Amino acid sequence: MNQWKNFSKGFIKENPVFILLLGMCPTLGVTTSAINGLGMGLATTFVLVMSNLVVSLIKNLIPDKVRIPSFIVIIATFVTIVQMVMQAYVPALYKSLGLFIPLIVVNCIVLGRAEAFASKNTTGSSMIDGLGMGLGFSFALTLLGSVREILGSGKIFNIPIYPEDYVTLLFVLPPGAFIVLGYLIYIINKVKKA
Amino acid sequence: MAKRESTFVNMVTALFLVTLIASASLGFVHELTRISIETTMEEAKMEAIKMVLPEYDEITGECKIAPPQGGDSLEFYPAFKNGKWVGTAIKTYTNNGFGGTISIMAGIDANGNFSGYEVLDHEETPGLGSKMDTWFKDPEKPNQQIIGKNPGSTNFTVSKDGGDIDAITASTITSRAFLDALRRAWDAFKEAQTEAEKTAQADLK
Repeated sequence: MNQWKNFSKGFIKENPVFILLLGMCPTLGVTTSAINGLGMGLATTFVLVMSNLVVSLIKNLIPDKVRIPSFIVIIATFVTIVQMVMQAYVPALYKSLGLFIPLIVVNCIVLGRAEAFASKNTTGSSMIDGLGMGLGFSFALTLLGSVREILGSGKIFNIPIYPEDYVTLLFVLPPGAFIVLGYLIYIINKVKKA
Repeated sequence: MAKRESTFVNMVTALFLVTLIASASLGFVHELTRISIETTMEEAKMEAIKMVLPEYDEITGECKIAPPQGGDSLEFYPAFKNGKWVGTAIKTYTNNGFGGTISIMAGIDANGNFSGYEVLDHEETPGLGSKMDTWFKDPEKPNQQIIGKNPGSTNFTVSKDGGDIDAITASTITSRAFLDALRRAWDAFKEAQTEAEKTAQADLK
């Protein structure tokens, strides 16, 4: 299969958030600011690439009936590694994402890619697939986070762009996440059809 | 290589090996990051103490004091400059936050007023309750500022409850919890002070 296609499908065509609607919990939960979205996206990307790599390497050693528990253990291991490394070296980011990092384990994108792609394809394609999907996820989260941050706190990546007196607080609250996500899905679907 | 059959032995071996390797690598990374996590936490604590207190040159006599309301002990860090006591940093907490426990380093100066605070750990809503890290020390907003005030001279509750402090917009629960944590620190501080005075007087007699 064409590797470029493999990589780029995660951005628009099979974007995990906008098209597949997978991993909604972190998507709605952490995107109160652009930097949170980006941090969560990159952490998930790392887990996706590593779990896809390991799953594709050992796919023939794992009997079919226990493949899901094995995948979950592998994914959980990488998530815990990310959590410990973040806590040790980027405490500021860990402070704002802390609660959501363990939830990467149950993010359906990670298990979904392990089950639907890595367990059937070669190691190289699996890593590229993980990277593409992860970056597509990061892109979606950063976009969502940026829009919510601009509308809800008048800032982007913590840089103020207009006075806080004019912000619509609703957008950093949970309903804002649903509203913005809905409109973004609409726009992306329009773009995809065009 | 052909796929392994799902026989009982194969399944047990596969799961056993996967979990064994997983726990071994986790243990390895834990050892690798443990020191770093501890130093970052220690540094964050010392940094917070520096932020909340007036200038000092040494911290001595750290101790744990139970707050009069009961519950877990608070950590006291008395600070001295040229041998003279200038204030005490107190690591306090509240369990009434919107997301559970909030842990705060609060500074009390020699006049018994709050000289500053730093939020150490919390699970409040990002963008709402999380604003408490700057909200209560904005020098331009005297009604929401707590620096230079103390629960003895100020009604230390949010204005919605008839107090003198303006709560964070849309985060009254967090604001109440925040003030609760600071009051706990101040009460413990006052009690410790009265105790100390009593002992000093007893010594004089």
